Amino acid sequence: MNGAGVPMEAGLLVAGTLFALGVTGVLIRRNIIFTLMSIEVMMNAAGLAFVVAASRWAAADGQIMFILILTLAAAETSVGLALVIQLYRRFHGLDVDAASTMHG
Amino acid sequence: MNLLFLSFAFPLAGFVFLAFMRGRIRETPAALVGVGSIGLSALVIAWAGYQFLTTVPAAGAYTEGLWPWIRVGNFDVPFALHLDALSLLMCGVITGVGFLIHLFASWYMRGEEGYARFFSYMNLFVASMLFLVLADNLLFLYFGWEGVGLCSYLLIGFYYKDPANGSAARKAFIVTRVGDTLMAIGLFVIFRDLGTLDIQSVLKLAPTSWGAGSATVTLVAFLLLGGAVGKSAQLPLQTWLPDAMAGPTPVSALIHAATMVTAGVYLIARTHTLFELAPEALQAVGIVGAATLLLAGFSALAQTDIKRVLAYSTMSQIGYMFLALGVGAWSGAVFHLMTHAFFKALLFLASGSVIIACHHEQDMFKMGGLRKKLPLTFWSFIIGGAALAAIPPTAGFFSKDGILRLAWASGEHGLWVCGALGAFLTSVYTFRMIFITFFGDYRGHAEVHRPRGLAHNLPLVGLIVASAIGGFWALHLMVLPPAPTGEPPAAVEFAPLLLALAGLALAWRLFLLQPQAIRRFANAGFADLLRRWWLAAFGFDWLYGRLLVRPFYWITRLNARDVIDWIVTGIPVSSLQFGNGVLARSESGRLRWYAASVALGAVAILAAVLYS
Repeated sequence: MNGAGVPMEAGLLVAGTLFALGVTGVLIRRNIIFTLMSIEVMMNAAGLAFVVAASRWAAADGQIMFILILTLAAAETSVGLALVIQLYRRFHGLDVDAASTMHG
Repeated sequence: MNLLFLSFAFPLAGFVFLAFMRGRIRETPAALVGVGSIGLSALVIAWAGYQFLTTVPAAGAYTEGLWPWIRVGNFDVPFALHLDALSLLMCGVITGVGFLIHLFASWYMRGEEGYARFFSYMNLFVASMLFLVLADNLLFLYFGWEGVGLCSYLLIGFYYKDPANGSAARKAFIVTRVGDTLMAIGLFVIFRDLGTLDIQSVLKLAPTSWGAGSATVTLVAFLLLGGAVGKSAQLPLQTWLPDAMAGPTPVSALIHAATMVTAGVYLIARTHTLFELAPEALQAVGIVGAATLLLAGFSALAQTDIKRVLAYSTMSQIGYMFLALGVGAWSGAVFHLMTHAFFKALLFLASGSVIIACHHEQDMFKMGGLRKKLPLTFWSFIIGGAALAAIPPTAGFFSKDGILRLAWASGEHGLWVCGALGAFLTSVYTFRMIFITFFGDYRGHAEVHRPRGLAHNLPLVGLIVASAIGGFWALHLMVLPPAPTGEPPAAVEFAPLLLALAGLALAWRLFLLQPQAIRRFANAGFADLLRRWWLAAFGFDWLYGRLLVRPFYWITRLNARDVIDWIVTGIPVSSLQFGNGVLARSESGRLRWYAASVALGAVAILAAVLYS
């Protein structure tokens, strides 16, 4: 698999694109579920970058890092779901812009 | 000699004890502590004086470093004591006369509110005054100088419930502060040029570093003169002394006659080398003295309050001391300082006795005929008055006569004329006071009660003896330069005495034989105008009120909304409006906005890292 598969540049390009999509999602979507999904996309983009780099240098660190990110994503999702429920209870909807009462 | 520090340790301990026990201590123990501490201090000084005179130190002075005070770089100021003949004499006057005055005060202040407070301030004063005269360096001297100023303020305003007394105290404090500021600037200049404030080093270095008549030494001498003029109530800072009579009478005797007001004379005598290097400043000292002694002499003629007569006479006598300093009669000035401390303390204490006997009446024209009722007080006034008017063989005759003789010998004939005229005025106002108070008929209403008790009699008797015989041993201090020599003609020799006797005769004629005639004369036409002008001490208060006090009040009114405060309050207000406003706007509460900011920040940091 070393060097025989996809070149690293292509892999990193995909990861960058995915990350940019995730950021855009966070910035433009008002629905909190989509926001959380976009964050998930960004995390997986970072994970992909780790995996690609690991395969390039044939090191296991990147794979381990991806497992860490996977765990983090799971934890984030659980917290995110709790936030979604709280948002729905307090503002009767899923619009994050509604939760802007804490302004200066 | 190592125990010299005890001389001020006792009064300081007395001050601390009385200050903390205030209100919880009865009068008798308070008096015991307050008077006893000064008594012990006087014993220490007497012992030190005995040691000093039996085994004179090699350099004519004894120096003892107590402990370092300030040491920054080459600025090294220790708490060190310097005992030579001049400071020993001053210490003797302060503790000796001070003890008698304290003893008298323990009688005078009986039944007054704040008895312990009074003695705590008095003890602090004596300690500060001893600091002043024993100080080895000018900064330590300045420490004592300010300490006595503080005690003067506290004691003038002792009866603080009357706002007028508080205002008199503030006036004394602020007016002397003008002089003190000049003196502080003088100390700065001395340190800048000579690098030391040690008095002996300064006097040694001054001739070589500055040279005679140079601009700097003249400036320094004038600045020190400014300090002396403020403390000693000389022209033009003399206005505070008459108002200082608002304090209790023993305070007037101790602070405003015997000791503190003569600190200026001590300062000039102590730094005599600087004044010898600056002839203009020395001449100014003499002129200030002559002008003040005449001005105060005329003012004393018109006063009706017995204490104000004495206050103006104090100004006038210190004028003599300044005159003596100005003609180079250093020892003569200090001699007059000593005899003046005796007879003026005596006169003030005796006036306190009169005031108590007449139920706190101070107007001479409501007294009269007290000769038979208060014999001891009467004789105190006769001896003290004779010494004040320089009538032989009292102490004042020898010292004042010496000053005038030396003034003539030095060639300053103008100053001699002023001094001789002053001798005439002194005699007139002194005997005017005595004749009005003690002769004629009693004009008051309240029953006169005769003061009794050892605490009243002993100080008066002691000071009568000192005023009578204190001048027989003419004083020549070796630490001070010799006086000018030369024998004046016989006419000059006897003129002051004849003028003093003429003044006595005039006072006899005017105030004893025909008191109604002079009163009619003085209350009509031009004489009335003159009398009122003299009563107001030539209107200096009015002048200063117009020139300084009113413009100052005007500025304070303008500045009621404190200009400096605009800056202080301006900083928070403007930062609230600009800084806080902008930052609060960014705190929108919108989650997506924050995310965008984070992304933008990350991009910016990445860009900075990659392209730097």
